[in-house]
Amino acid sequence: MAIGILGKKLGMSQLFDDKGRAVPVTLIEAGPCRITQLKSKSIDGYSSVQIGFGDTREKLINKPSIGHLSKSGEVLLRHLREYRVEALDGLELGNPVTVGNFEAGQKVDVSGDTMGRGFSGYQKRHGFSRGPMTHGSKNHREPGSTGAGTTPGRIYPGKRMAGRYGGKKVTTRGLTILRVDSERNLLVVKGSVPGKPGALLNIRPAKVVGSQSLKGGSK
Amino acid sequence: MTVDPTETSVSEDTNNDSTAKAPQIEKSEGKVATETAKSAATIKLSAESLIREFESSQEKTDLPEIYVGDTVRVGVRISEGNKERVQPYEGVVISKRHGGLNETITVRRIFQGIGVERIFMLHSPQVASIKVERRGKVRRAKLFYLRERVGKATRVKQRFDR
Repeated sequence: MAIGILGKKLGMSQLFDDKGRAVPVTLIEAGPCRITQLKSKSIDGYSSVQIGFGDTREKLINKPSIGHLSKSGEVLLRHLREYRVEALDGLELGNPVTVGNFEAGQKVDVSGDTMGRGFSGYQKRHGFSRGPMTHGSKNHREPGSTGAGTTPGRIYPGKRMAGRYGGKKVTTRGLTILRVDSERNLLVVKGSVPGKPGALLNIRPAKVVGSQSLKGGSK
Repeated sequence: MTVDPTETSVSEDTNNDSTAKAPQIEKSEGKVATETAKSAATIKLSAESLIREFESSQEKTDLPEIYVGDTVRVGVRISEGNKERVQPYEGVVISKRHGGLNETITVRRIFQGIGVERIFMLHSPQVASIKVERRGKVRRAKLFYLRERVGKATRVKQRFDR
């Protein structure tokens, strides 16, 4: 397991590849992060690295957090994330984590909160089809039947209905990094990632699962 | 629109020179200007300016000014196997869309009696060259009416003032 990085979604753009095709890309301002805590097996029961990202002011965070952050550096950080690692070799408190850990061509998993859509209806939330809008129909955006009658006399759990949609953590997996700009802390990733521009993203090397992980093993 | 911090500081400096009437106001304004100049060095670029920079680095700078109605000759890069050659395609620009990096033109020509329309991304590396052969005089932004016309009626009047 390698350490990931935290970043901010800047927005989408496009890039012409070597064959002249226009490729949709997302620009992510990732890091520089700082290692804020090292957890070891002997003390915490498991080993992991905690990193922090995003400047903030003293007023905006509480005193325990300030105490925790001041152990690793002077700048106060807004977001903290932990990554499980096998060994803590070469990692030190206060060390920077930058986009230099990534390289072009590498696959990554990017997770973040999706755009919040509030209380959404059947069509938007579950892709139900709509009823006729005219010809005397009053069934425009209704769900139709939600189940049988007296037997079972209840609606089965998991029935798709209207409700809160979006604003949930989602991971887009296996995105390719096309460019790494260490000067501007930029990652250029092929495809789209969750959330609006400005959203916090967690970028980590792609997790290989299934039969592929048995063959090649995860990096 | 977000304004680049360096730009704001520059404009404030010029304001100081022009409105040098009340010394007190000038002082306070000068302070603001130096403060913004200081923060400009440390502040990170905004998301918008970073994207603009990313896109402008890919844009071509030597493109001619193309208007709707112009007859253009586009050199299209075609790769056959390992070989690469440039094939010319000539026709009338009947529509322009988007701006910046995504700018496209639709070029219409009659090929073997059949109307052919191709859309080119102007900044794409596949467009090797582009040359305006003839300027057209038209009164519309989109010349889709040419699709319904045949023969002589498809001609576009030439204009000489561009």
